[in-house]
Amino acid sequence: MKENKTKKYRRDKHGKWGYVFILPFFLTFAIFQFIPLASTIYYSFFEYYRDGLDVIGPKFVGLRNYVELFGADLPKYLGNTFILWIIGFIPQIVVSLVLAAWFTDERLKIKGKQFFKVVIYMPNLIMASAFSMLFFALFSDIGPINSFLVSSGFVKEPVRFLSSVIGARGLIALMNFLMWFGNTTILLMAAVMGISPSLFEAAQLDGCNHRQIFFKITLPSIRPILVYVFITSMIGGLQMFDVPQILTGGAGSPNRTTTTMIMFLNNHLYSKNNGMAGAVSVVLFVICAVLCLAVYKTSDPAGENK
Amino acid sequence: MNSKNGLKAGGLRKLIAYIVLIILAFLCLFFFYILIINSTRNHAQIQQGFSAVPGKAFMKNFNNVLNDANVPIVSGIKNSFVISACSAALAVYFSALTAYGLYAYDFKLKKPAFVFILLILVMPTQVSALGFLRLVKSIPFMKDNLLPLIVPSIAAPAVFYFMYSYMQSSLPMELVEAARIDGCSEFKTFNRVVMPILKPALAVQAIFVFVSSWNNYFMPALVIDRKELKTLPILIASLRGADFLKFDMGKVYMLIMLAIVPIIIVYILLSKYIVAGVALGGVKE
Repeated sequence: MKENKTKKYRRDKHGKWGYVFILPFFLTFAIFQFIPLASTIYYSFFEYYRDGLDVIGPKFVGLRNYVELFGADLPKYLGNTFILWIIGFIPQIVVSLVLAAWFTDERLKIKGKQFFKVVIYMPNLIMASAFSMLFFALFSDIGPINSFLVSSGFVKEPVRFLSSVIGARGLIALMNFLMWFGNTTILLMAAVMGISPSLFEAAQLDGCNHRQIFFKITLPSIRPILVYVFITSMIGGLQMFDVPQILTGGAGSPNRTTTTMIMFLNNHLYSKNNGMAGAVSVVLFVICAVLCLAVYKTSDPAGENK
Repeated sequence: MNSKNGLKAGGLRKLIAYIVLIILAFLCLFFFYILIINSTRNHAQIQQGFSAVPGKAFMKNFNNVLNDANVPIVSGIKNSFVISACSAALAVYFSALTAYGLYAYDFKLKKPAFVFILLILVMPTQVSALGFLRLVKSIPFMKDNLLPLIVPSIAAPAVFYFMYSYMQSSLPMELVEAARIDGCSEFKTFNRVVMPILKPALAVQAIFVFVSSWNNYFMPALVIDRKELKTLPILIASLRGADFLKFDMGKVYMLIMLAIVPIIIVYILLSKYIVAGVALGGVKE
């Protein structure tokens, strides 16, 4: 009753202020995101690039840019992006789940929880470009890691990490893992701590062991947040750029096996090939829109009515 | 018998847990340890290989970086700081304003506006990069300065979402009503009554926006042409040239350290709040 009354009062008297307060956000979004997105889509249908000092186009070519994309490099780069993401994500989610279970296990009583949390989250805040530059220096053919491996007799010749597909992809996945597993662990811990303690107590009274508790109670209870982590991580993976770009000097070496979608987009933006850059962007946009919709579904829009 | 076995198994689990945790913590710290050590050694020492003890070339490397005209580190730090601080301030203020607008008022487009922001919550800005670049290069007052990297921060959906959730849990409408009865205007109510209540949320989000802006490489590298405007990530990336092997490695490590260490120091000082903020960010009921 009372709630209804205040609501009505608000709408009558002050409602219009709502528009004023949300205006800057929507105006900024419209100018710097929406209009650019519209023009990006528009240019994807044009032949419009720079050839030396000449500008070719803009000339309407319909879907030709898309046909060219899908016929040539795009599947390869989309595949690269997916592989680089998944080989980092699998260890990330496994380790995070295990750590979250350990940290929240009353019987295990891990000491120094706060210390470990602070340490494992730290790489997430590190500048990705500086981190990749560091890895490049450390893992280069004459870098400290190789000098250590050779001098300690593990290998005879320096390992050329960045010249092999497995080495380059492995290093990128390792960096992504290090940068993100702490973040995921903290998110999952918060979710596990949100489970009603009585559930765990009941399970313990029934004689469940920790493995049964993990698979029968913990995992099903945190399913929504797992879905959220999975989808947002996938969107993060699609945006992968700094690490492979700097580790490979933008070349995606060896043999473009580490070139990601955004690196591909970056190359077209850099060479001012507007038509192709537009088409790559639209492909990315469509994929992200589907993922955004999935995030929306998991983020409880009804929460606003509370 | 049973409990004894249970104890043993528990002890083993605990041991495994600690070993795994220590390995992971080691992995997280080890690379930064080498970074800090190598930034104190000169080029020749670094080339000789790995060492666990620091050298004596810290100040020499530091001065070398400062005096390198190809890598304008001082202006780089300044530019990065200006962009990050302004972005953080704009993002938290206007996100709080937007969240308050949707939280405290009832109007016709309230629901569609809210749904719209949730829909674009995780949309990467890279998808509109082409149009964005063309736009900012055509706006006269955005040419050749840092504004294109600052102003768009006003629309930060993720910060909005955090602020909105925070208001739901900590901003009673009675307080707003009371301020109105006292004769506060709507803006004054927001600035004087609501903002102070939001302080913890504002601080946490300001840190996150600052850090992500400080670390951002993709957009600044495309927007900025002039050397004097380059940010730290662009300078770091410029080291990764074809003639990398000719660089003074002491200088390279020092530059990487200067980009990373300020953030680590702030993080260590505020880690409690930051970790708590990360946990809050993902809580979906």
